[in-house]
Amino acid sequence: MGKLIQGHPVIPGESEGELLISDQPLSFWGGYDQYTGEIIDRRHPLSGKIAANKILAIPFTIGSSTTTAILLESIRVGKAPTAIITTKKDHFLALASIVADEMYKKPIPILTISEKDFQNLRNGQTLKINKENTIKIL
Amino acid sequence: MPLKLTEYDKALIAGEHGPAARMAMSIMKRMAEVYQAENMMDITAAHIDSSLFMGDATLEYAERLVKLGAKVKVPSTLNVSGVDKSGLKDWDVPSDWADKSYRQMVAYQNMGCITTWTCAPYQTQYRPEFGQQIAWGESNAIAFANSVIGARTERYPDLLDICAAITGRVPAVGLHLTENRAGNILYTLKNISAKLQENDAFYSVLGYYLGKNVIDKIPVIDGFSVKPTEDQLKALCAGGASAGAIAMFHIIGITPEAQTIEEAFQGKKPDESKEITMTEIKNAKNELTTTKNNKPDIIALGSPHFSIEEFKKLNPLIEKQKCHPDTIFVVSCSREVRDKADKKGYIQTLKNFGGKLTVDTCILTSPMIPKNIKTLMTNSAKFAYYSPGLLGTEVAFGQLKDCVISAIKGKIITDETIWEN
Repeated sequence: MGKLIQGHPVIPGESEGELLISDQPLSFWGGYDQYTGEIIDRRHPLSGKIAANKILAIPFTIGSSTTTAILLESIRVGKAPTAIITTKKDHFLALASIVADEMYKKPIPILTISEKDFQNLRNGQTLKINKENTIKIL
Repeated sequence: MPLKLTEYDKALIAGEHGPAARMAMSIMKRMAEVYQAENMMDITAAHIDSSLFMGDATLEYAERLVKLGAKVKVPSTLNVSGVDKSGLKDWDVPSDWADKSYRQMVAYQNMGCITTWTCAPYQTQYRPEFGQQIAWGESNAIAFANSVIGARTERYPDLLDICAAITGRVPAVGLHLTENRAGNILYTLKNISAKLQENDAFYSVLGYYLGKNVIDKIPVIDGFSVKPTEDQLKALCAGGASAGAIAMFHIIGITPEAQTIEEAFQGKKPDESKEITMTEIKNAKNELTTTKNNKPDIIALGSPHFSIEEFKKLNPLIEKQKCHPDTIFVVSCSREVRDKADKKGYIQTLKNFGGKLTVDTCILTSPMIPKNIKTLMTNSAKFAYYSPGLLGTEVAFGQLKDCVISAIKGKIITDETIWEN
């Protein structure tokens, strides 16, 4: 407990919350309900889980170009993850956060971490992301 | 190396080309920094996936750009929208959704975009050319442009494609650059009969399989014994860009940057070499179907949008036949293809059959189909992949012929012998 993981900021910021993690990539269009925060890709291991107001960790996104629009709308209505952690820098997620900043002054932190650190994270852990881009497991 | 901006880029950011161009360029610059680009470059065309209505945020974004005076700098085709305005009476679209989707359509029209309203822009008169630098959204279209045409685009997300169109500038990264277009993984088709390779359904399944397995690498496929049609390659793109994030693939002897294995890998060695046998194909085919139900509530064709060639293929199958009264049969296509199909009499045949047509959108991007739909049948890997999540349906996958027979009988019937090689 109290372990520190060094993250690399794609969009810097602070956040604290419960972790929802999967090693399977996700398309937000067809995979994330922007009005409830539910993972709706029925072939995905997180299907049925709610990611709203949690810290979501996935390796990266796949599929539709509309992932960005879905994440933006979920940020607008308050049903987005509070932060997203990936292993690979994800441009679609980064853009949603940048536009959320531009439109609503509500960017969410997007960080990458190493695959090794990713593998050591577990569902249900409470994480705290600091402004130095370190992630503390509480 | 930090990002180098040209005088033009700096002028955009300084607002010298107006407030909309400033907003677009400041988003583009922040993204260029995320991409760790060293330079920006010109594009000469765009395809705008931001046209999709996904809630108030996408509408507010479009209308803010219009209010700031946004105009596109390069010819920019539009992807599907959230509503088929011409077909409102035929479908059950909530009026609030329809109104807002339409406002969003008007916003992009006001920016000077071309009203193609299609996810298959490569099958319109605005198809790009080999080597052309473009900024395209819409995952299947990105894969098609790069792989089949040899035009060059990164995978542009919604909201960024329009920034590229307004500024004419993108980060010089990824698939815009020759060195990043080399294949990574070699797949060789093994013991897959020419007969199966001639079947459209094979390409949806192969696309799904590749998407699942290569995720976002560039696969190189060897061992084809037939020359796939453009619609078959379109199906491959749609599967690969749904189940994965394939933005480019090569097929040896078929796609334009892969006349030889050497060329496809740009002289480098593949990271991995694998075989695709009937086992992989059959497993992938089985994964596309999620249901054991035998009653198809809806049969959906046209993801990506149906082409004139596909209408030509469908026409004799449905001529003088009748769709079962309990089954909805729907084809989605662009306005341009509808008009061409209408001239050929294909739309009349579809109507006589009892089928429906929708333009400008599709059943995934507009809440148009009845809520009580439980089972969807399709020949499209993209419909099959997304329908369970977006529509809450179960899915049955079958070839075009199966879809038509099932529509007539009101019962899901698939010819499994095609997979017996």
